[in-house]
Amino acid sequence: MAFPIFAGMTSGRIILTSERFGLTIERLCQQLIEQYDGFENTCLVGIQTGGVALGNRFKRRLQELLGMTSLEYGKLDITFYRDDFRRRAKPLAPSVTEMNFLVEDKHVVLLDDVLYTGRTIQAALTALNHFGRPRSVALLVMVDRRFNRHLPIEPDYVGIVVDALDEAYVQVEWQEVEGEDRILLFADK
Amino acid sequence: MSVVQQLSTKHLLGIKYLTPQDIQLIFETADSFKEVLNRPIKKVPSLRDLTIVNLFFEDSTRTRISFELAEKRLSADVLNFSASSSSVKKGETLLDTVNNILSMKVDMVVMRHPAPGAPHFLAKHIDANIINAGDGTHEHPTQALLDAFSIREKLGDLRGKKVAIFGDILHSRVALSNIFCLQKLGAEVKVCGPPTLIPKHIHQLGVGVEHEVRKTLQWCEVANILRIQLERQDIKYFPSLREYSQYFGINKPLLDRLDKPIVIMHPGPINRGVEITSDVADSEHSIILQQVENGVAVRMAVLYLLAAKS
Repeated sequence: MAFPIFAGMTSGRIILTSERFGLTIERLCQQLIEQYDGFENTCLVGIQTGGVALGNRFKRRLQELLGMTSLEYGKLDITFYRDDFRRRAKPLAPSVTEMNFLVEDKHVVLLDDVLYTGRTIQAALTALNHFGRPRSVALLVMVDRRFNRHLPIEPDYVGIVVDALDEAYVQVEWQEVEGEDRILLFADK
Repeated sequence: MSVVQQLSTKHLLGIKYLTPQDIQLIFETADSFKEVLNRPIKKVPSLRDLTIVNLFFEDSTRTRISFELAEKRLSADVLNFSASSSSVKKGETLLDTVNNILSMKVDMVVMRHPAPGAPHFLAKHIDANIINAGDGTHEHPTQALLDAFSIREKLGDLRGKKVAIFGDILHSRVALSNIFCLQKLGAEVKVCGPPTLIPKHIHQLGVGVEHEVRKTLQWCEVANILRIQLERQDIKYFPSLREYSQYFGINKPLLDRLDKPIVIMHPGPINRGVEITSDVADSEHSIILQQVENGVAVRMAVLYLLAAKS
């Protein structure tokens, strides 16, 4: 049987479909509630840009589940904290940082879409310190590429684990942005 | 995280050499740094492996402090040099001075010099990135960038905006850089001052020339008022400061007679009572202190973007 070729079909392989994606988000939300209860003194911080799409979703869903409207949520841009500035061919464009609160003495859940080398998280931890000294920081990622780490950084909450070669590329797509929730694996970057 | 264009140049020698895209890129980056400057800890580690020397062969307060602060906010190591307390007094040439400093592994040079073209000369002979912090009566690019950035913040896009520059245009590097910058961003520019202080062929730059303050104020949305640079005037260009202030000074009654809002700017240092009266400098029209505040963010953006080019 031949597969029909859809317009816009990519060469990537879908490793998490829309239905499973929803389930994963739901599970992670429940895990967070299990740990943080009513989210008193706890805030979500999404790392620009992938972590912000994730953070937006979590904020909305957690507020629904908890029946509250005041979940503290910040967007953190780490461009100026990257350790590869002047080492890569082209600089990256900064995104907005929206942190309207201090993290001083709070529990922080840091969110990012893909955990790969761990360097983004290292930069984010430095950046986060500039908004106060958090009581604790936990890391939630949608995808953990556990065999590609450069630094001793591990996630606390994981959507799916992807074991892939260095040259592979994982893309998380969002309904709000790309039109569908799904995760794709590409053989090359 | 998207990849951006880079600046088209390795040095910031003057606005003349920047493209409108370069200027937009600097502004967008400065927006991000302005947010950083409003945080509890106003510092990012971007330039932690860079050493920058501030070479000042001419006096400066604002520009020097602003550059130093911008460098420190980006975590660079900073060296300060002023000609008055250095071997320049003993007869060393500019190139020797700079080469000696660079041999100590310095990555960027911020220079103010009384000779027009001094940073261009350096750029031909050394590898480090050079930022012109004012060269004689030629250009002062970061001042023009922060002026345009402040107008953009107050009034939005500069396209079609009417900006008048008042005062000593002849001796002002701020005027020339401002004219280039504003025109590249699509603003209309007029200069206004006594005929003796307006360069003869300035209309060739495409700017309007006026000698009547009231008429010019009525025309413009932004008035950028420059200082009378007595230290550069070797002959008398006007009878007395008192007369200058009477005919070309901006005062409250003049503004009160306007039937429209106006933005008042001044690059500093202000000679209160000469080109601008205190009640105007401190009025609600004035964005003089915002200019100074924006200066740090704009200079951070310039340093950051040039560092990426090295």
